[in-house]
Parts: sequence; structure tokens; C-alpha cells
Amino acid sequence: MSNRFVSVVVNQTKVDATIEPRTLLVHFLREVANLRGTRVGCDTTSCGACAVLLDGRPVKSCTLFAVQADGREVTTIEGLESADEGLHPLQEAFWQSHGLQCGYCTPGLIMAAKNLVDTSNSLMDSEIRKAISGNLCRCTGYVNVVRAIRLASELSEERRGV
Amino acid sequence: MYPPSFSYYRPETLDHAVELLEEHSEEDVKILAGGQSLIPLMKLRFAQPKFLVDINGIQGLEYIREEAGWTHIGALTREADLEHADRLRETYPIIIDTAEVIADPLVRSVATLGGNLAHADPANDHPATMVALNATVASYGPGGYRSIPVMDLFEGLMETTLGASEILTEVRIPPLPPESGTAYVKFERQVGDFAIAAAAACLQFENRTITSARLALTNVATKPYRATSSEEFLVGKEATEDVVREAGLQAVIGLQMWDDIRGSAAYRARVSSVVAERALALAALRAKGGDST
Repeated sequence: MSNRFVSVVVNQTKVDATIEPRTLLVHFLREVANLRGTRVGCDTTSCGACAVLLDGRPVKSCTLFAVQADGREVTTIEGLESADEGLHPLQEAFWQSHGLQCGYCTPGLIMAAKNLVDTSNSLMDSEIRKAISGNLCRCTGYVNVVRAIRLASELSEERRGV
Repeated sequence: MYPPSFSYYRPETLDHAVELLEEHSEEDVKILAGGQSLIPLMKLRFAQPKFLVDINGIQGLEYIREEAGWTHIGALTREADLEHADRLRETYPIIIDTAEVIADPLVRSVATLGGNLAHADPANDHPATMVALNATVASYGPGGYRSIPVMDLFEGLMETTLGASEILTEVRIPPLPPESGTAYVKFERQVGDFAIAAAAACLQFENRTITSARLALTNVATKPYRATSSEEFLVGKEATEDVVREAGLQAVIGLQMWDDIRGSAAYRARVSSVVAERALALAALRAKGGDST
């Protein structure tokens, strides 16, 4: 039952550690990489509060072992803001549209919606709702969440000149 | 919860993976593919393998390609890639229907077709679909490769006929003649849930008359259930509303269903008939070229 050395690029920074194989990726991110924006919400792969991007694809980090991310790239909510562009359109829009209340599910929702927003062109409501169908929010009833994602897509389209 | 401790291997070849499975076959060893069924079980400690063989490092198991009219899909192909495969939308829309209703988009980024079949949970969706398509799977083990018709793959609850050291490597789907239609319809309480019941239909026509019908149901038995009496009923008829409704009703005759968390046996039998009817109707519509979704 030996420990494994892993090297994961998190938000473009290499994070090396020797860990037990049973370490979940979400715990690696929170406790080894010290990034607390990614949350543990359910224990049943239902809620999506743990959502991150793995090699650009949205995944539930509570349902992956950190060893599976060895040599790969992870993007968390902390990695969204950029030096040149400031806040990501989703971060802007969730603030402007009041797309959160307690905020616990918000990073997961944003990571789940990121690819859709970054590539959007006149999103339909159904596409937004499908993208976040793996995320649960106990506070908002999703109305402002969907509004925020729609606004984010418009901001993103503006930035991209679409 | 965390899983209990285990040893982890990440072989780079099928041979090495098979070696590791054989080496630990007396103890508890499991293959890790997408892990989207296995890891939740491990976190709840319903599964406690002492050894995990992660096969994601093996190249050449993720692909969708056509050869001599057959469609070959690598076992590690992610559900998200199936869902977005334009070519499959043309050739086998049933596969898109199925991939789309498995769990949620985040899980689908990682979950694999091979895992969905090999895990053999009666509530998994691809088994019924592959039965309806009369698919074959390829596996690799100590004896090399072998082919298993999908109808012979599923043994019972969480059990396949794969050997302890065998790895499912590919799914092969035979070509369908023109005037064919396929569809999968799932009824679930909420997104990401298992089916209350679901139906996979594959119909072949000649001048509007059904020449061949395959209908399989998800989560009504310990393995995908082929509704042979419905199939026999359908052959030789036109796919009218009355015919597909009757075929749906016939699908559950003789089926011993059980009460579960998603409904009573009677309710789930009723739902099974309805999803069977809807899958048949959609397959028939597609055979006519009538569905652009």
C-alpha cells in the first residue's frame, strides 16, 4: 500500500507531492495545493461543488484520485482570473447578476459552465441548464445562476469580438 | 468517506495490465477506467479493492472509427465524446441518446463506454443499447483477444462473462441497412439518476413494413432485458401508433419486476411500457428520416 509521487500542474503551477493513492483529487487541491475554492459537498458525486477542469474538461474532482491527475493540468476557480483580462466573464457576471447566495456551490457552477461560456455564440437556455445539470444549489433556485451564465456568455462574446 | 488504502498501478500496455490482474487475482483487484461507478462505491466502502489497475495509461483504446461498414468504439472512449460525435448522430443516434442521459456532463467527461458495460449494473444504460444494436465486444486477457456477442456478455447483477483478468477493449456495431431507425428513451426522476425504466429500440423497415425489431429494457431485471415477444409482434407490421403501443404493453408481459426506491413494480412496469412505446416510435420516425435532433 505504498505512497506515490505525483506532479500535477494546477493553475499553471507545478504541484509535487508524495501521497496515498486513495487521496481524492479534491483533497489534493484543497490540502496539498492549498486551494480552498474547490469544495466537498456531498460524498455521492451528485452536487458538483468539487468541479474543476482536468486537461480542459469539466470533472468532479471528488470522484478522481489525485494519482490520476499525475502529469496533467488542473484549473480551479482560483485560476480563472488572469493578469491581462482581470476577472473571467463568469466571475463578473455572477457578481453582477447576483448568481449566488451562500456561495458554496458557486466555484463548481462556474467551472462547469466555463467551456460553454468561452466558446458560446448566442446560447439557448437549454444549453446553459444542460451544462450545469451536474451541479446542485440549495439557495438560489438556479434562476439567477442561469441569468449569470447568460450574461457571462454575452460578456465573453464581446471580449472575443463575436 | 475515504476508501481504505490500496495499491495503485498504472500499466502502459494491455499485457502488463493483464499480468497485474493475474498476479493479484486471488486478492481484491479492480480495473480503474473512468472510475465514475467504482470510485463512488469505494468512497462508500461498498467496494474495497486492495489493488487498482488504472488502464488509462494504455494508448489506443479511445477511438470511434468505421471499418467495412462496422463501427468500432474503443472501450476507453469517454461518454462526452460519444455524446458529441457527429458521425454517430447520423449512423447510430441511439448511442447519442444513451450517452446524453448517463449521469451528468461532468461525470461524462471521464466515464467510459467500456466501463458502463463491464460494470454490469442493471441500471447502466449502454447494455440495453448494445443489445438492441446486436453489438459484439472484444476483450483481451491471458489467452489473447476474444469476441463476445453482447447478448452473451451479461450474466447477472454486476456480473459479466469476462474472466477475472480480462479487459474489455472494444465495442463493435454491425451496419444497419437503409430504412433503419434507432432510439433510446429513459425515464428518470432527475438528471443524473438511474432509470425508473428505459428502452432501446432498433427497427429495420422495407417499404414501411418492419422486417426486424430489437427492443431491450434497462433496469427491469438483473441484466438488460430483451423484449422478444414485442419483437415478434412487430415484425411484418407497420409502425403505427397502435402497433407501437401494443408492442410496449407486450414488453413487460412475464417480467418479474421488483419494488425499489424509484417506484413499485407495477409503476415501473407501466413506465417500461411507455418508454418502450416512445423508443419504438422515435426509431420508426428516424427510419423515415423524420427526426432531425
